[in-house]
Amino acid sequence: MKKTVCAIEMRGITKRFGGVVANDGVDLRLCRGEILSLLGENGSGKTTLMNMLAGIYFPDEGEILVEGRPVSIRSPKDAFANGIGMIHQHYKLVDVFTATENIVLGLEEGRLDMKAANEKVRAICEKYGFEIDPTQKIYNMSVSQKQTVEIVKVLYRGAEILILDEPTAVLTPQETDKLFAVLRAMRADGKAIVIITHKLHEVMALSDRVAVLRKGKYIGAVSTGETSPQALTDMMVGHSVTLNIDRPRFDKPVKRLEVKNLTCLDAEGVKKLDSVSFTAMGGEILGVAGIAGSGQRELLEAVSGLYPVAEGDILYSPEGGQSESLRGKTPMQIRKAGVAMAFVPEDRLGMGLAGSMGMTGNMMLRSWRRGKSAFVNRRDPNELALKIWKELEVVTPSTEFPVRRMSGGNVQKVLVGREIASAPSVLMAAYAVRGLDINTSYTIYDLLTRQKMKGAAVIYVGEDLDVLLELCDRILVLCGGRVSGVVDARSATKEQIGLMMTRLGGEER
Amino acid sequence: MSQETKTPFLRLARRDGMEGWKSWCVRAGSIAAALLLGALVMGLAGADPIRAYGTIISGALGKKTAIRQTVKIAVPLLGCALAIAPCFKMRFWNIGAEGQITAGAVAASYFALFWADRLPAPALLAVMGLAGAAAGGVWALIPAFFKAKWNTNETLFTLMMNYIIIGVVRWLQGGPWEGRKGSQIIPQFAPEACLPKVLGVHCGWIIVLALVVFMHVYMKYTKQGYEIAVIGDSVNTARYAGMNVGFIMMRTMFLSGAISGLVGFIVASGANNTLYDGVAGGVGFTSITVAWLSQLNAFAMVGISLLLAVLEKGAETLQTRMMVPTSISDIITGILLFCMLGCEFFINYRMIFRKKGPKEAAK
Repeated sequence: MKKTVCAIEMRGITKRFGGVVANDGVDLRLCRGEILSLLGENGSGKTTLMNMLAGIYFPDEGEILVEGRPVSIRSPKDAFANGIGMIHQHYKLVDVFTATENIVLGLEEGRLDMKAANEKVRAICEKYGFEIDPTQKIYNMSVSQKQTVEIVKVLYRGAEILILDEPTAVLTPQETDKLFAVLRAMRADGKAIVIITHKLHEVMALSDRVAVLRKGKYIGAVSTGETSPQALTDMMVGHSVTLNIDRPRFDKPVKRLEVKNLTCLDAEGVKKLDSVSFTAMGGEILGVAGIAGSGQRELLEAVSGLYPVAEGDILYSPEGGQSESLRGKTPMQIRKAGVAMAFVPEDRLGMGLAGSMGMTGNMMLRSWRRGKSAFVNRRDPNELALKIWKELEVVTPSTEFPVRRMSGGNVQKVLVGREIASAPSVLMAAYAVRGLDINTSYTIYDLLTRQKMKGAAVIYVGEDLDVLLELCDRILVLCGGRVSGVVDARSATKEQIGLMMTRLGGEER
Repeated sequence: MSQETKTPFLRLARRDGMEGWKSWCVRAGSIAAALLLGALVMGLAGADPIRAYGTIISGALGKKTAIRQTVKIAVPLLGCALAIAPCFKMRFWNIGAEGQITAGAVAASYFALFWADRLPAPALLAVMGLAGAAAGGVWALIPAFFKAKWNTNETLFTLMMNYIIIGVVRWLQGGPWEGRKGSQIIPQFAPEACLPKVLGVHCGWIIVLALVVFMHVYMKYTKQGYEIAVIGDSVNTARYAGMNVGFIMMRTMFLSGAISGLVGFIVASGANNTLYDGVAGGVGFTSITVAWLSQLNAFAMVGISLLLAVLEKGAETLQTRMMVPTSISDIITGILLFCMLGCEFFINYRMIFRKKGPKEAAK
């Protein structure tokens, strides 16, 4: 490694948000022709650090050197001027524009020559092996194509240093492989690349070096060849953690939920679910896999009574009770019967939590209607909040502290903790570990497994196939609102599920 | 080089919440700043600002009659701000309070004009109040129904409803309820249909003070208040919690409209003793200012509505004594609104100015 010419050197970077120190004297070096993984638990300051390179934030202390020159990056424009481009987690594209139109958007180079721009985009794609059509509109694109447009956008602006914030979170295994191939091609071309990720196996597969942050502090950097997932986890967390998910078998699984030919239409009459059938057993975790937007949300909402059912039936068999249809029941009745749902949306708050309220106010979301009195009972929810605060080690100054201002992991603990507290016999959890660090994720997996061993039927919608394969007993694969198949999680492979996610049944066409 | 490494001149950093007393100091400071700016405006208008402020205060609070007048202005402002508070908490932008007041006044006037001889005074007033509340509630329910059913834009809808009901009053004035032919005026109510006075002001002030307590308890301690807060936070969360969002919206709007309607009854029966197309007189809009300035806090609304009333009443005196146009009170109210809403920015953000770095200092 050449020590003299670093593409980027950050020295003693400190950034505070109010009283919170997001980055505390961080030093970071990035060389040309290398891929650096930036690893750290949630809230450890990875994205903040990178946002300072991208011109979103400005450091309170410390300096940034690009190619050995001290620079001041005050805006994304400054970042581009220094050859730095960041691909954010949430894409910023105009839906009705074509790929090229999005790529040249905001550039000021006098007259706009679309033809030349298209050619230039095409040349970039050819050089690195991107597969997009420059004249295709964004709304016709898949998530991975949109991501490609974002990458080409920064390359078009002449970025030599690329930062990718959790690029694989929304990709299938096959798409991830493709992305990695492209990143490797860019590395060979002498570009410097930073990738922020939570997935350790990706770190191992892709990067040359790994830099670890913990609680805003720089812990160290290691060569990927000289480390292991276990060692990295220990660096991240600060102490040893076990990386295996315990998957005990439950003795006598019983049928809890039977979904028969469920079909749902959205407001425009488009089929969001197309004759979906499956059973969920008590004492089992049923995983649901699929590309984002394959009907996962609609499925859970339909079972919870929140999405209109066009056809089919949902039969629920509570413990020691008669089997009954949930179709046509109100969300309140379904919840009372023992079907709970914890859905963690992309913004983590929008569904299930009221951001401006504290833990107590959010516990009340489940119990507020209890009793005949016109007044709310705050005592019991407060006790529950205190219990969850203690048991799940939620970091918050008080039970009245607005959950919006808690960090992501703590917000999710509040949400999942509340759903589990109602001791449901069917527990549906969607993206429960979305954006969570390893330690907290494992706490959540453990909570789900404990529910399963209590005899609850757990339905878990997840993004990370490795985790689904380790955690679940069976996996239901959705593809475009239809059931592509149900596999045994103990014997299935990632590739098999990846194929089923993109093609019905997983067969070659 | 130093050009390149220069930090931005001004940066903003979000605060992690300011201590309560500090934020109230900032708010008080913003009022002071607004009054200073107001002084500047008055100076430009050719009046001595200190004397002008003195005149405003003595004009509004100097004599018993003046205080009564001021309270009379504050009552509908306060009542109406209380009415729209739950809607705004729910993020339902009800700007139709003006119309809801008018609707309430129309319904109350019907009983005042045609039932005065058939009912004893207390019963008549009760019926007028109920009718006013019901009419205001229904008037507010219509846009809420459309919003719940077809997701129409409530801001436009509630605004348009204002013009409809004011048109209805004009028609009543010149048509079926007209007093002397050609006068375009509805006759004065019979004495039984007028709210009795307590301490020199119609007893509407007692009603709105009771409403202050009611609204505070309603928003803070009841299940319905909780539902409103959750919907204001996130409609999806409310839906996931099993709340019937459309129904709650309609219920809250009905309540809001009913209180506005009650205010309409108070204004028609207590203050004007008749009905005319200007019965709401912009109160429905000014009360939005009151509600925002008090951050939807019912008790703060009492103070803010009194402050605005003092300005309005004082400005009248200012005109007669110092020949300064009454619109000066509107200007000061506007400056006040600007400063007080603007100060929330300073409560939420910290400004960091460029410090003299070692490099620049060396030069």
